[in-house]
Amino acid sequence: MDKLLPIRNNKRVNRADIPDLPFDTFRRQLLACAAKGGQVVQFFAYEDQNVCKLLAVMRTDKLYIGGCDAPDAFASLTAESEKFHMFEREIGEQYGLKAEGHPWYKMVRYHANYNGKKDVFDNDYSQEIPGNYPYFRVEGETVHEVAVGPVHAGIIEPGHFRFQCCGERVFHLEIHLGYQHRGVEKLLQSVPMKRMPIIAETIAGDTTIGHGLCQAQALEALAGLEVDEGARTVRTIALELERIANHIGDLGALSLDVAFSPPAAYFGRIRGEYLNLTQILGGNRFGRGLVRAGGVTHVMGDEQKQLLRDKLAELTPEVEHINELIFSSPSVTGRFDNTGTVSRENAEQIGLVGYAGRASGLDYDARVSFPTECYGELPANSNERTDGDVRSRATVRREEIMHSTRLIMRLLDKQVEAKDYTPQELPLAPHSFVVSINEGWRGEVSHCILTDTDGKILRYKVKDPSFHNWIGLALSLRDEGISDFPLCNKSFNLSYCGFDL
Amino acid sequence: MESIFSFCFAILITPLLPAVIKKVKACFAGQQGPPLLINYYTMAKLFKKGSVYSTSTTFVFRMGPVVGCATSLMMLLFFPMAGVAPLFSFHGDVLLLFYLMGLGRFFTILAALDTASPFEGMGAAREAFFSILAEATIFCILVLFFRLTGSLSFADFFSSSHPIGLAGEHGALLILVIVALYMIMLTENARVPVDDPATHLELTMIHEVMILDHSGPDLALIELGAWFKLLFYSAFLAMLLNPFQLQNTWLSGLLFYAVVTFIYITIGTVESITARYKMNLVPKFILTPFVLVFFAAILTMELN
Repeated sequence: MDKLLPIRNNKRVNRADIPDLPFDTFRRQLLACAAKGGQVVQFFAYEDQNVCKLLAVMRTDKLYIGGCDAPDAFASLTAESEKFHMFEREIGEQYGLKAEGHPWYKMVRYHANYNGKKDVFDNDYSQEIPGNYPYFRVEGETVHEVAVGPVHAGIIEPGHFRFQCCGERVFHLEIHLGYQHRGVEKLLQSVPMKRMPIIAETIAGDTTIGHGLCQAQALEALAGLEVDEGARTVRTIALELERIANHIGDLGALSLDVAFSPPAAYFGRIRGEYLNLTQILGGNRFGRGLVRAGGVTHVMGDEQKQLLRDKLAELTPEVEHINELIFSSPSVTGRFDNTGTVSRENAEQIGLVGYAGRASGLDYDARVSFPTECYGELPANSNERTDGDVRSRATVRREEIMHSTRLIMRLLDKQVEAKDYTPQELPLAPHSFVVSINEGWRGEVSHCILTDTDGKILRYKVKDPSFHNWIGLALSLRDEGISDFPLCNKSFNLSYCGFDL
Repeated sequence: MESIFSFCFAILITPLLPAVIKKVKACFAGQQGPPLLINYYTMAKLFKKGSVYSTSTTFVFRMGPVVGCATSLMMLLFFPMAGVAPLFSFHGDVLLLFYLMGLGRFFTILAALDTASPFEGMGAAREAFFSILAEATIFCILVLFFRLTGSLSFADFFSSSHPIGLAGEHGALLILVIVALYMIMLTENARVPVDDPATHLELTMIHEVMILDHSGPDLALIELGAWFKLLFYSAFLAMLLNPFQLQNTWLSGLLFYAVVTFIYITIGTVESITARYKMNLVPKFILTPFVLVFFAAILTMELN
């Protein structure tokens, strides 16, 4: 780890300062970091003057960065640490760099690579997937296979799920995504700067603020912009409101999935109330158009503050009451307890983030570890229940709703007002790198920007928390009843489009 | 004449009652809920439509809904609604009827398997398994009733000179039977906590998943069949619960349907205040009523 460079969240790094290691050293350094409990924040390939390079950002209690020239085929890191497995597959898919010895080497989103190299998965992209992809199979007379999706019964996004079952018991679940691949990363590198936030906000519709904020912070770091205290407060409140709205919606959906309908109806309504609060804050229920590099587009005046305060004071007891209804029903807790358990050990091994990770006992919260905006001055949350089952994930969310409400109340008491925002063309620092990390409602959202010598964006890398957590859902189903899949799925509630990019 | 009228009335009112459950559930959720006549509209809509058949299905698939609906309807032909003598009756009709119902289920399961969909196969397996467990209770109830009345016909159970009822001489035993029958009703009619009729999640469904591929009039027949079956079970319960033997047919009919509606309301209430069980707990839930009824049957041993 000594050869990696410690960096800070949202601080510009001169690309010349990033250690350029030989691949073997790079590999050893990353594995050493992972062995000490480090997790991967970003690990991706990029092309600079026709040379493929690898770059990795690791986190322990600090952030570390390292890079190397990428060999066309390299010894897989996943062979020694599972934390890298999705990243290596993505690198292979995007830049045709083969990770040799990767135990489960398959495509991530099913698209041809960016630089026209030979496809490492031997896919013919004129063919449709998943028809011709060999899924992992369990053989045996009593084993049967259940295929779900990509088109689902409810109004949800497309994804294919392949279960290997024995009766009601699931041996293995393989999740195949990529149906919504839009080429977001490529798009962000090519559009004019004023369109960038619009795209970032639609990476995952439910994480509008999370992704928008990451991008704004990254651009600010590269353009050397300082954001005033008032704007930072509004951004923090917006991120917390997004968290509350989503957690409430999901707790309602969880209770609906176990056929306990009244809380679902109540929470459906209350989620709308929180979305309306976001509208008061920024003019849009999902927070679109609020966060921009340099500040926020809406000023929060005393009237808005009072509205927020009154509404939160009215809603919070209602929310707590309904939560009590869910969590005190024996029939509900009977379904939640010991269902879809991901052990702490497994969670650590695959690097779960967000509430899923915290429910399995991993304390990581980007708001605490790498605070941005106002989080440095705000108290952290602690979780009571960390058994890794559906109950824990639901309880963590319940606690986070209350914690977030307290944070917002505290922020509303601050006597600061955001400055007026004027859109401007931002000249980005040349030959620089920045990583920005925020705790979106689902977990760690991270954007990376690399600029070339002219200050143009060379590589834009996006990572949604779902990128880490989908494998967690697959693990939670091991040895579980197949009829509990919807419940487990909802308890994670991962993003398809955030993963597919 | 009375029998024909009673039968027709039962058929006409069938679609109304399940809407009561929906209303109750909506009430608990603080919603307005669908209109009480929703199911009549649904029927009209479905019968106007055409059916879509998958090319992989055979005639078995088309037979499923027809047989299913017909067998449930037959239950009502033989059941003495509100104590009015049924249209048909003979000694041993209960055995025939419950097996006819089994036949209906058999065809529904076959139709589900005929689609070759993994979901429907899973649903069929669950339905077959759970109904076998439920059958044990039902026949145990029949054994008990045979011991009490010496007859195996619905008409004799309820419209003879000494009808079985909570107010009758074996009322205490019947408490156990009523509880058991209620649980069986929830099981057999795919209600919470065994199944969730409102869910859209195929992987968790039991009954609903078997009928995913049916459409139009076929779906209408399946729905009708399900409603007939639910009406039969609640009528069965209502006859056991009803404490009054009124001479006036109209009054006793009114009272009977009031009790039936009350049972539907309780179903809605149960669905609003409990979550569904985990699939592996369902067999325990279904076997509980068997234990209750078996105990009641043991208690009758000293009678003869």
